[in-house]
Formats: sequence, structure tokens, C-alpha cells
Amino acid sequence: MRVYRPTAIAGSEITPEASYFNRREMLRMAAAGGLTLAAPSLASGATQADLQFSPGGYDPEEEITPEADATSYNNFYEFGTGKADPAAKSADFNPRPWSIMVDGLVNKPAEFDLDALMALGLEERIYRMRCVEAWSMVIPWIGVSLAGLLDRVEPLGSAKYVAFETIVRPDEMPGQRGLFQPLNWPYVEGLRLDEARHPLTILSMGMYGKTLPNQNGAPVRLVTPWKYGFKGIKSIVRITLTEDQPASTWNRLAPGEYGFYANVNPAVDHPRWSQATENRIGGGGFFGSNDRPTLPFNGYGDEVAGLYAGMDLKANF
Amino acid sequence: MPLPALPKRFHAASIWALYGLGLLPAVWTFYLGATGQLIGNPVKIFEHLLGEWALRFLILTLAISPLRDLAGINWLRYRRALGLLAFYYVAMHFLAYMVLDKRLALGVIVEDIYKRWFITIGMAAFVALVPLALTSNRWSIHRLGTGWGKLHRLIYPIAAAGALHFCLAVKVIGPEQLIYAGLVTLLLGWRLVRPRYMAWRRSRREIKTGFARTQAQAE
Repeated sequence: MRVYRPTAIAGSEITPEASYFNRREMLRMAAAGGLTLAAPSLASGATQADLQFSPGGYDPEEEITPEADATSYNNFYEFGTGKADPAAKSADFNPRPWSIMVDGLVNKPAEFDLDALMALGLEERIYRMRCVEAWSMVIPWIGVSLAGLLDRVEPLGSAKYVAFETIVRPDEMPGQRGLFQPLNWPYVEGLRLDEARHPLTILSMGMYGKTLPNQNGAPVRLVTPWKYGFKGIKSIVRITLTEDQPASTWNRLAPGEYGFYANVNPAVDHPRWSQATENRIGGGGFFGSNDRPTLPFNGYGDEVAGLYAGMDLKANF
Repeated sequence: MPLPALPKRFHAASIWALYGLGLLPAVWTFYLGATGQLIGNPVKIFEHLLGEWALRFLILTLAISPLRDLAGINWLRYRRALGLLAFYYVAMHFLAYMVLDKRLALGVIVEDIYKRWFITIGMAAFVALVPLALTSNRWSIHRLGTGWGKLHRLIYPIAAAGALHFCLAVKVIGPEQLIYAGLVTLLLGWRLVRPRYMAWRRSRREIKTGFARTQAQAE
């Protein structure tokens, strides 16, 4: 009797059907002389694949931001400082193959490739996302619990913080090239260990049912829905457990404007704009735009407020 | 090498064409935003576009006289239109902020102007532009005499304030902000060295004509 043997090819290496057809389409158009026009959109589409996941049990039951808005209105300074830059200039970025080194104050430092990460259990979680610039979205992320990954490396008792680092690839990331560099690379971020282990904290590998597009932080990014979006470090290559509070890029640049904690807080204004209200993206033009009050901890206070008991969140913002 | 000059009968038409072309970005983007075709944050996209064009027109206004001094191109007839376009864009930028962005929440707007430096500076530039726009007509020029020129020198601090407003409004000063701030600095800097440059040019011309005169006498 013949036994079914699973294929030796990793799931992440299989070309998804859509990109296979995209490739044919691209070749066909290239033959017709339309390559320069067609290449950027097809190239970014070709890096996305469908994902298998289970429901994660989080849904704010608010209107989900249209995918076109969530994938074309981004901050990702590695691709440029404009909101449209990441979508327009990230086609050369190659997020596969990929691996994340997890080290520092742990018993078992290890390198995880995408399949190992996905094997931690992909879940879909619909989270509110609030940017420090006072706009917000509702995004169906697909990811794994960061706590699950940290369990694998067995943090030492001395570990108190988790530091994250983004990739540096000037050849593929135009924002990292040239005379003028707005930020210091690599982009770094950090969480306290209890924040990192919180059930809401995920490493996201997808959104809207598919793998992350480059402009949203392919292939792996952090999502902490009760914090401002800049904490959600993208294209992570290294996670290090530390005893001291790690540096975070925006905090280093302007400590008075971007705190280490970066918890969403309507009572603490950014020096240049109020945080009392926010603009929900995707209202469909000037007159459908959707202002709403900002919720403390972005509406996740019941789950996370306990992490900050006894802290003055106006000082530790 | 002089540029081919536009026949005089087209001068008026070319100025109207400049107004039409100049307002096009605002009209087109407003149409896109009103019909839901601006992806992302339509209000901010429109607001930023208006501010950026305001700066562009301010820079073009300031470029007219150095262009004449240095390249001998006389586009003085377009300066009023460029200046007024800058004013219209600043006014639309402020209106978009007040109506579309802040939804006429006057408390929030007053707090912004009072508390946030870059908005204070932008607001001051807008207020300073109003008398310039109001006196940009023949009647005012005659009426104010030499005072008109003095009043319109306000355009220098206004342009500087505009560039500063842009630099302070963003999270990180990027290449775009540097280009605008650099152009404004260059154009304002020219005003400082201009008297000396013109004097030097005059003296050179005098030496030449003087030399020609002595030659003529010798012959």
C-alpha cells in the first residue's frame, strides 16, 4: 500500500496561484510592451499569498478599513517619508526567504524561519489601530502570539525587556539610501516583557486573509493594539531579551513627542496636535470622513490597564 | 541670449491662463476628494497639497526679480498673479483646515493657534498676506505711493514663515522640506546681496562706457 508523504517543499516557498497567473500576465504585457507601467503593481501583488488561519476571537465589531486604504496609506520610512511612498517604492523589497533571530537573556536562543513562526498557530484578529498622527483604522491581522514565540526560547529570570530590530537593506529600501536619512537605521523598538507576553500582542504575518504586503511590514511585524502604530515595528529580523530598557527609534529622535510606552491616551497631547479625537480612515472622501473620540488604551483598557497600575501615564507616556 | 518675447497682445491672455492653470491643482484635487477618489486620508492630502502649492507660488513670486537681475528675463507682469495665487492657496489651506479638518470646532482651532507653534506661525503668515492681497491693484499702488513697496516687503517674512511652518509641521524634516526652505533662503539671501551686485554691475558698465568715451576722444 502506498503511503502519502508530505512534500519536502516548505509551504512558504510554494508560488501561490494568484502570483503564478500574475507572472503570466506580466510576461504577456511585457510582450505587448507595457512592462514599465504594469510592473510595480504586479510585482507587489506577486509577493502576497493566501494564508490558512483560525479565528482569534478579537473583533471590535466596527467597520473594517478598506484594504486599499490600509495598504496605500502607510508610514514606513525605510521606503520614504510620504504616506504613499511605501506602496509606491517597496516593489524591490524581497521578504522571502526570511528568518528572525531570537537571542539575549534566554536559555535557548534560536533562529526562526517563516514556517516555524507560522507553526506557532496563525490566528486572525481584528484590531483597532491608532497612529500617533491621530488617524486610525480597523485591520484584520493574521499572526501568532508573541508569548508563544518567547516560550520557545525560555527567557531567563533577569530578562525584563524585549528589543526589536528592523532589517537594513539600502539596495531594496530607497528610504535607507541617499544623502538625507531621516532616521537612524536599523529602526528599533522595545516592549517591557509583560507587555510583550500580553495575549493581545502578536507578530503579524498577514492581513485581509493574505500575507503582508511589503508596505505593511512584510513578512513579519509587531502589533500591539493599545499602543500608537509606531510601536508596531515592521520587517523584524531580530528580537533580543534584555535587562535594561531598549532604545526605540522615535523616542530617541524626539523623546518629548514619542514616549517609550506610546500607549494611546486622549489625555496626553502630542506637542503639535491633540490626541482627544481621531480620524477613521476610509470614510470615502471629504464628507464621509469619520471623526471619533480617542479611547484610552485604544479601547483595550479592560485588558491592559493593569500592566500600568501605579504608573503616571502622563510622565510615562 | 534673449528668450523669444511673447507678443504684447497675448500678455493679458497669458496672465489669465496662469490663473487658470494655477488653480487647477486645487480644483482637481477637491473634485477627487469630494467624490471619494483620494485613498487614505483625503482631508489631509488636500490640506497638504494646498499648503505645498502656496509655498510654490510664494517661491515663484520671489523668483521674478532675481530672474530679471541675473538672467535678464522680465516676467514682472506675472508677479501679481503669482502672489495672488499664493494668497488664494494659503486661504484655501486655512479653510480646508478649519472646515474639513477641524469641522469649524472653534475651540480646537483657537487652542491650536495658541498652543502649537507651527500653527501660530502659519496663521501669522496668513494674516500678514491679507493686506498684500487687498492692495494688489493699480488703485492701491497709486494711492500708497512709496508705501506700497515698503508694505509688500512683508512677503519676505511671510515666505520665511511659510517654509518654517512646513518644516515644523512634519515629524521629520525630509528632503522636500529642505528643498523649500533652501529655495526660500536662497531667494531671500539674494535680496541681501542684490544692492552690492547691482552697484558692481553699474560700475562695470561705467568703466566700459568711460573707456569707450576716452577711445573716441583719442581718435
